[in-house]
Amino acid sequence: MTTSTAVVNPTVSVKLTGAGSTFINPVLQAMISAYQAATPTVAINYQSVGSGAGISALEGHTVDFAASDAPLQAADIAKAPNALTIPTTIGAEAIAYNVPGIASNLHLTGKVIADIFSGNVTTWNNPEIQSLNTNVTLPSNSILVVHRSDSSGTTFVFTGYLSQESAGWNKTYGQSKTIGWPVGLGANGNAGVAGVVQGTTYTIGYVELDYAIANKMTVASVENNAGNWVLPTLASSAAAATSVTSLPAGNGVWSTFNLLNQPGANTYPIVTFSYILVYKDLSVNTDLNVNSADALVNFLYWAVNTGQGQAQGLSYVPLPANVVAIDVATIQSITFGTTALAIQQ
Amino acid sequence: MKISGDRIFNVVSAVVAATAAVILAITAYTLATGSAPILQKEGLSFFTGIMWNPNPAHEVFGALPYLEGTLVTSAIALIIGVPLSLGIAIFLSEMSPATVRVPISYLVELLAAVPSVIYGLWGLFVFRFYVKDYLEIPLNKYLGWIPAFKGTPYGLDVLTAGLILAIMIIPTVSSISREVLRAVPNPIREGAYSIGATRWEVVSKWVVSYGRSGIFGAAILGLGRAVGETMAVTMVIGNSVGPDAIPTSLLKPSQTMASLIASNVRDASDPLSFSAYIGVGLMLLILGLSINVIAQVMVTRLLKVKGGAVE
Repeated sequence: MTTSTAVVNPTVSVKLTGAGSTFINPVLQAMISAYQAATPTVAINYQSVGSGAGISALEGHTVDFAASDAPLQAADIAKAPNALTIPTTIGAEAIAYNVPGIASNLHLTGKVIADIFSGNVTTWNNPEIQSLNTNVTLPSNSILVVHRSDSSGTTFVFTGYLSQESAGWNKTYGQSKTIGWPVGLGANGNAGVAGVVQGTTYTIGYVELDYAIANKMTVASVENNAGNWVLPTLASSAAAATSVTSLPAGNGVWSTFNLLNQPGANTYPIVTFSYILVYKDLSVNTDLNVNSADALVNFLYWAVNTGQGQAQGLSYVPLPANVVAIDVATIQSITFGTTALAIQQ
Repeated sequence: MKISGDRIFNVVSAVVAATAAVILAITAYTLATGSAPILQKEGLSFFTGIMWNPNPAHEVFGALPYLEGTLVTSAIALIIGVPLSLGIAIFLSEMSPATVRVPISYLVELLAAVPSVIYGLWGLFVFRFYVKDYLEIPLNKYLGWIPAFKGTPYGLDVLTAGLILAIMIIPTVSSISREVLRAVPNPIREGAYSIGATRWEVVSKWVVSYGRSGIFGAAILGLGRAVGETMAVTMVIGNSVGPDAIPTSLLKPSQTMASLIASNVRDASDPLSFSAYIGVGLMLLILGLSINVIAQVMVTRLLKVKGGAVE
């Protein structure tokens, strides 16, 4: 129970550490820079080591917060009891390809994408692709699939989408941060996949939207729930978040929650939250005290409010108001032992 | 009581020497205990299986393709790298004047100082396109009926990885071979010339033959580097997994044990898949030790080292 409110000395210098997702890294680093410019007493160090490593670090209490594109699974929840889930940014995954003479907007359904990545569709002019693109002259070259070689939240979201779209994929490979890929070559990181797809003809791969835009890659229109062909853009990925009505609470179970295949005529189907994960009672992190815990809570509050201004310039979607409201309630519930933490709004 | 300097020196040397053995023992113990869960689950099929899926819902771990990938890429590195290195060593020790020898030796040794990630980046952004256009496409076009050259050339495959490794082992193999050749006593050369041997005969029949065990040792050190190389390989080998990683063709993406570990272990949050990567590390250690033991046996038995030979 809350018994008192901490009085914080604003001149105390505080160091906070976080680790995890590489996907959130560009926008999170931008948020941290902006926050530190405004709040020089707080130093935040975020290490972009991958979602899985971030969750392991949270479980081992070696960081004050973690970031992950995959929500905590049952096994993680057992090892990190009372961890809270704070959706912090939204991104889309583009299906990028490099086929000479073919611009963006090749039409692909989730089922065809699953067939390509499981090696059932091996040439670009396969009837499965051609029948969706009757006015495009497709070459007879073999398709080279490019996937991630490292364990990745991007892969977790992409294979989750394939599992929803294809019963065969779900049965054989399922959803995971690493997969026993049946075909293709692996590249390290989003930048690696983008590099291989761009440097090699007749390739197809999946990358975060910001990498596709920054590298001017050609991307597919994917059929959404409403039966429309939708290109990945900021607007079409933002549509996925606005149509979400029932989000779990911050202390609820998020393991089965996703932003895939959301309703809406112009909603892009492969969209994901990236989450910040913190303990509800920050006193379990032995390197934190009331002052630093309060600084962490203030940073989180700032990140889901003012910090969202950093998102759009980096091709991430700012959180819609309904998500921010849930996040604020979650952040306000964080304590240090029994001490409530003051948020400067 | 006075302790002599020799005694202190003996003790210090023994302790330092023991450190190497202790480190190896700790590494082996850690790898063995770390891989116990995966060996309990998969048993022998961890070493003989070809399926690989770290997804907790579909877990299966068979590491054979990565052993094959390691062996094939290292073999390419040796087949191409060792003759080149020997040529460099012979030129530097037997033929070149000192004005050329010094700068060239320096440049070759400088290759060893280039970090492997630089080789990897260069391989990924520059070298692979040359390999693809000037080597793989012709090989595939004219020799595509041979299984080793089947497939679609992309430049991110077994051949590119093997060539990068060949370049990376050149400094090690060539500088040790050069020292071995230079240690061959001059009377050997003089004797050979005096009975009318040409320079080619002197080098091939006497000098290289005299130093063969040392050259063999240099090649084994090169092999050690090729087997364990991680960063450069993972950037150009294509990193496929499971049956798709079996190196049936040189023009096919594959995976080595080291590149698999490098790509995945830091983010393996699931305990069983973490154990599987540790198990692959154990395989790598066993392979490294086997190579060294076999090399020792070959040097002492097959090459019949005689007294006075350069080792």
